[in-house]
Amino acid sequence: MGRAPSPFATKIPYEEKDLKVIGSNPTARGDAVDKVTGRARYASDIKLPGQLMGRVLRSPHARANIISIDVSEAEALPGVKAVVCRDDFPDMEVEHAASGELMVNFRDVTRNMMARENVLYDGHPVAAVAAISDAIAKRALKLIKVEYEVLPHVIDVRDAMRPDAPVLHEDQFTKGVDPKPEKPSNIAARMESKLGDIEKGFEEAEIIIEREYNTKPVHQGYIEPQASIANYTEGGIAEVWTGTQGHFVFRAQIAKLLKMDLSKVKVIPTELGGGFGGKNNVYLEPLAVVLSKKSNRPVKMVMDRDEVFRATGPTSGTNVRVKMGCTKEGRITAAQAELNYQSGAYAGSSLPLATITVFTRYDLENVSVVGHDVTTNRPKVAAYRAPGAPMVAFGVETVVDEMARECGMDPIDFRLKNAAKEGTQTHFGPKLGPVGYIQTLERAKAHPHLQEKLGPDQGRGVASGFWFTLGAETSATVNIGEDGTATLIFGTVDVTGGSRSAFGMIVAEELGIPFEKVRTMSGDTSALGFNFMTAGSRGTAAGSMAAVTASRKAIARMCEIAARKWEVEPDQVVWEDGRARPAGANVGDFEPMTVAELAKEAAWFGGSIAGHAEINVAQGGPGFGTHVVDVEVDRRTGGVKILRYTLIQDAGKAVYPEFIEGQFQGGAVQGIGTALNEEYIYNDKGVLENPGFLDYRVPVASDVPFINTEIVEVPNPDHPYGIRGIGEVPIIPPLPAIANAIHDAVGIRLRDHPMSPPKVLKALKDKMVEDLASRGTAAE
Amino acid sequence: MNCEATLTEMRYEAPETLDAAIGLIGAETGVAKVFAGGTDVLVQMHLDQIEPDLIVDVKNIAEMREVVEQDGSWRFGAAVTGKELMDNPEFNVAWPGVMDGVRLIGSVQVRGRATVGGNLCNASPAADSVPPMIAADAIASVVGPNGRREVPMAEIITGPRKTSLADGEIVVSFNLPKRPPNSGDAYLRFTPRTEMDIAVVGCGVNLTLDSDGTCTAARVALGAVADRPLLVEDAANALIGTKVDDDALEQLAVAASAACNPIDDKRGTIEYRTEVAGVLAQRATTKALERAKS
Repeated sequence: MGRAPSPFATKIPYEEKDLKVIGSNPTARGDAVDKVTGRARYASDIKLPGQLMGRVLRSPHARANIISIDVSEAEALPGVKAVVCRDDFPDMEVEHAASGELMVNFRDVTRNMMARENVLYDGHPVAAVAAISDAIAKRALKLIKVEYEVLPHVIDVRDAMRPDAPVLHEDQFTKGVDPKPEKPSNIAARMESKLGDIEKGFEEAEIIIEREYNTKPVHQGYIEPQASIANYTEGGIAEVWTGTQGHFVFRAQIAKLLKMDLSKVKVIPTELGGGFGGKNNVYLEPLAVVLSKKSNRPVKMVMDRDEVFRATGPTSGTNVRVKMGCTKEGRITAAQAELNYQSGAYAGSSLPLATITVFTRYDLENVSVVGHDVTTNRPKVAAYRAPGAPMVAFGVETVVDEMARECGMDPIDFRLKNAAKEGTQTHFGPKLGPVGYIQTLERAKAHPHLQEKLGPDQGRGVASGFWFTLGAETSATVNIGEDGTATLIFGTVDVTGGSRSAFGMIVAEELGIPFEKVRTMSGDTSALGFNFMTAGSRGTAAGSMAAVTASRKAIARMCEIAARKWEVEPDQVVWEDGRARPAGANVGDFEPMTVAELAKEAAWFGGSIAGHAEINVAQGGPGFGTHVVDVEVDRRTGGVKILRYTLIQDAGKAVYPEFIEGQFQGGAVQGIGTALNEEYIYNDKGVLENPGFLDYRVPVASDVPFINTEIVEVPNPDHPYGIRGIGEVPIIPPLPAIANAIHDAVGIRLRDHPMSPPKVLKALKDKMVEDLASRGTAAE
Repeated sequence: MNCEATLTEMRYEAPETLDAAIGLIGAETGVAKVFAGGTDVLVQMHLDQIEPDLIVDVKNIAEMREVVEQDGSWRFGAAVTGKELMDNPEFNVAWPGVMDGVRLIGSVQVRGRATVGGNLCNASPAADSVPPMIAADAIASVVGPNGRREVPMAEIITGPRKTSLADGEIVVSFNLPKRPPNSGDAYLRFTPRTEMDIAVVGCGVNLTLDSDGTCTAARVALGAVADRPLLVEDAANALIGTKVDDDALEQLAVAASAACNPIDDKRGTIEYRTEVAGVLAQRATTKALERAKS
């Protein structure tokens, strides 16, 4: 994101061919057995000889200046081996870098991992301790004396934008405004995205609808809390085992923050217990390295759940205004939005992504989007699955629903009439290539779900989502063993647990050997060239491009071996059905050679067989999805029950269909949780009141019905197998789809997230009062 | 790992008699904590909310682990797990409303450990097994250094995390009276989630009908709408002498809502809790009525 497309980026044209492995559902999923038997090694499972336990002291205040920090008593406690605070880390200049979908600024990153001048949220790290036991480390935290000057704070995004709001950063002048504002404010940046002539668009409109929406921050809900273990050796080398979505990016950040050479930092990604964008940022890693350096011992740090909630990034809370116009025939003529995104303590929310994708589902001529990135006294936001998109879809997809009703059109037909398709000019830049949005709408319309009858207080809602897929730097190695089996070393972290299997299937397809003969494993930062984070749905889409490239290089090497054996030129050998064969009858009558046969003779003919890929993938293929949901509203408690749910999405090509269905279902369930109950609740002191899964209510299994899924396959033209990213789209439509369904059921439009029972009940009562009043007026 | 470090500095005892348990607790100069299922105690220890010096595990004490029926009345030990009660078909038939509450505690895994005694002594105003036990007119048998006393269920919890138990006293078992014919009970709660949640409002109803369907006795208890679970006599009086018709249910809802004295917190607002208390009282009554008639 934010980088110009490189002319040297890799595209491999789509190849239509019969597939043997891709598209099947292997029973031997690469990660499953170790996960269900408890053998999978997560960061907190790693133990090193002599390791210490590290703990973080966190701010109890939403905003305060730090007057002094006295660690002497903590240092004197027997068993404590090191204490660090701001003085142990170098300050950083302003310098921006991509970290997943979001950008980071190193001046802020160092302040976020360890407060310097001030604390800016409840949970902000102030000091860290390493001790021989966790209990001693915890006791030591209580002995650290921090003198604070407590300052006024601001939590809500709209409050933070007011002229009289407490300003978090005195040096923050709104970027993107000309001339530069005279006074600092919490508005870190203003951005725009425009297409056509918005005024003209509204002049052409016969129906105009304008609405305002507010959403609360929501948490990714990964099960594994952040955990790291660092070992800094006398040679000035740091090894870090950690749960991350991008170990190469973490290596770069650790090296930068601690002023070390990249080559002296090795990051080993451990099995990941969920990420969803929440593991895109360093929190504990640099602290563990410095504690290890200071104590001369390995240091392990594991967050408690309340630390995860208080101090790591959720998604933004937002205030969104959407105004759209259409003709009576249902053609959208204008689409306008104002997005106010809370970024937390430091600038840099998902606003840039949201701004440029607000309306990309529709083929529009006139678009105008203005966005503000706003600092507040909350933890710095992180990415969360389609960062920034669900909140804005809440606005757009419910306004679209209102427009469809005003036009007297079915909401799917309305969308079909305006659907983005090949050639649609996006407001983020490129024209769309072949995409499957229309197919998702048509398949939704034909789905048996739509034939289900609805009872009293039941309603049906529809919404669609779009997400583009990152390409970016990707590396992989395929090694062919002496027995003819293959090992793929990949560098894009398998965040979902499915991409390693998909990679194995792709290597098997390329080499022409059974899936069971391919082992896939994650490589650490010393094993491969740089890989960008697994973010932006790129894991399988981009990772598989590297797997294909590496496989094809290994194949070229195998053809070379056959050519040397047969004493022909390498271009006289072809690879077909897992065998090197003479390219034609004129080459000679040679028996085709299998991978195993070639591997056996590889040494004599020049050395072992491997293929490497170090590529920059151009793009991962934009994705579209359409969701249909039925709800039942309890008019007396405001409870909303999800009765039926159907999700249809374009996957380009489903490598491992069962796993894709799982991804779809997971996204829908996260979206259902977001829609109905999830929110961060801060009290008037700016302290988080629900830092745990008891009162931060992600859905449990009995809260959701079976999620029906259908996969549309419109191939990505720049991928040899047509694969698109699929991870993020499924979380975008649930919030508006459920809002539309609630309206269909009981006639209320909810625009404040979450749509929790008290809000639903209040809206129902307000509507009853309104209805009575209007009936009274009519009677007069 | 937290646990390991904390537990090494703490004594754990698992006596086999009540006398031994009472003696251990009495002799402890620091903080002693009675431990049954541990589903609250261990969580509170992990959250550093409590730091006990002595844990007295009561699961080896026979009286605390029994479920006994005698002439239609039931006695079950305070350390009997939710799962054990769920696996007792006769008890489920006798007190379905009490079991509505037990079935809502935590999750399958939690109910495998959690006990009604622990649910009571944890003293949450939102404890799910407490309102139906109050509605059932259960009596808690409490043993301490000064002997045994029988305490009505509604008198144990006196506020959030506060009980009327004296120092060194343990809730040992519960007695449920023999039920007249045509009796039924039910418990309903409202939570945003279906499981693993804390009641925003809970309501237990226990009623008895005569042969022509008139309500002759009723008890209505509410949870999570005040600093402690409430026995609401006005709500019961709205039912007694009626056929539990729509008028009676309307009066019941008004009385239930009027009895509420809740707080605004992260789990619900005063306005919401007060209104939903009336709704749940009606729904729980309807369910209890069906059971009384069946």
